[in-house]
Amino acid sequence: MDLTEKFKMSTEEKIEVKDFQLIVGNLLRYGVWISLSIAFIGGIIYLMNHGSDLENYSVFKENDTNIFSVITNVYDGVILGKGEYVIFLGIILLFLTPMLRLLISLVVFYIEKDFLYVFITMLVVLIIAMSIFFGFSH
Amino acid sequence: MTVLTFTLIMLLGAFLAGFIGSLSGLGGGIIIIPLLTILLGVDIHYAIGAALVSVIATSSGSAAAYVKEGITNMRLGIFLEVATTIGAVCGALISTIAPTSFIAVLFGLTLIFSAINSLRKKEEHIVLQSTPLATTLKLPGTYPNHHKELVAYGTKNVIGGFSMMGVAGMMSGLLGIGSGAFKVIAMDNIMRIPFKVSTTTSNFMMGVTAMASSVIYIQKGYIEPGICMPVVIGVLFGAMAGAKILVKTDPKKLRLFFAFLIIVLAINMIYNGLNGKI
Repeated sequence: MDLTEKFKMSTEEKIEVKDFQLIVGNLLRYGVWISLSIAFIGGIIYLMNHGSDLENYSVFKENDTNIFSVITNVYDGVILGKGEYVIFLGIILLFLTPMLRLLISLVVFYIEKDFLYVFITMLVVLIIAMSIFFGFSH
Repeated sequence: MTVLTFTLIMLLGAFLAGFIGSLSGLGGGIIIIPLLTILLGVDIHYAIGAALVSVIATSSGSAAAYVKEGITNMRLGIFLEVATTIGAVCGALISTIAPTSFIAVLFGLTLIFSAINSLRKKEEHIVLQSTPLATTLKLPGTYPNHHKELVAYGTKNVIGGFSMMGVAGMMSGLLGIGSGAFKVIAMDNIMRIPFKVSTTTSNFMMGVTAMASSVIYIQKGYIEPGICMPVVIGVLFGAMAGAKILVKTDPKKLRLFFAFLIIVLAINMIYNGLNGKI
């Protein structure tokens, strides 16, 4: 491969990475708006059904539900059209936007053949995955 | 109070918190907690959960713009996220067993520290040399200045910055805040990274750091949908309104006023925490 070809390849790669950053930016923005719209719709449903109830937010009800049962509960609640679970769905989607960003960074580092950073990004993903097990209710 | 009235009050309060958080540079999450606990009597665990949700929303929303402009140092951010996520998991676990009064006092102290820190004069400094470890990790980078020229900068004391980031992550997990003040100290004062890069990179990192504690928060029941919904929407719109004003003016006097207001709230929180009222 001669030098001009090599140069051409590296600029092409750079353009690809730049496109990726644009995708990351847009995904984050849309992710936030989509999840907030879902939470807002859930909020309206919740207020229509419970708006005149008395609030009891000064007392903390500690839970010990593991994340998988929470997700099952949210799924069941959304199907039944319960407002609070629709809000919860929006919040879970919001929590997933940074994870999406991490996974895209992983792809970008892989394309750049920066294996040190592929490793570091995977380490961060692993720590977050571990939080699920550490936080498990026993 | 009925749920509807309370929701509307929280929406308005969260808008104000987002607005003040953006003007003072403290972030909406750190202001919503005293607002919910002291003024509205919400339990501190719910307040922390709602603050964490709004931290993720503002971070993901604003990181989008900075990534595009090339100011955020993605490698630096991801490398330091190793420290902040470990810290955040530890912090969230501690928060589930720590007494409420301890959390309230710690929060008050953090609030005072952040408010004073926000008044500090920010001088742009650039170091050109980097330590060998920083070079191995490819941390030095470039950023565009206002003439759109690329400015190169070096990075110092990687281990010191990494450790401070662990502390920042732990505060984030314990209190549900973005702990921007701690992050900027780690990058600015310890690693000697230019201010513009450290602020945007800190913002970029907040979402991932907050996510590390979110699973524990969800499992323990900190996330109350009825509180999170008005809070996250209010904070986000408040922050957007604040950012629009920031572009037009540099509100020095406002900043001083808000710092004073926040310190009063913080002292109130410490006092209530010590008396066991929170």
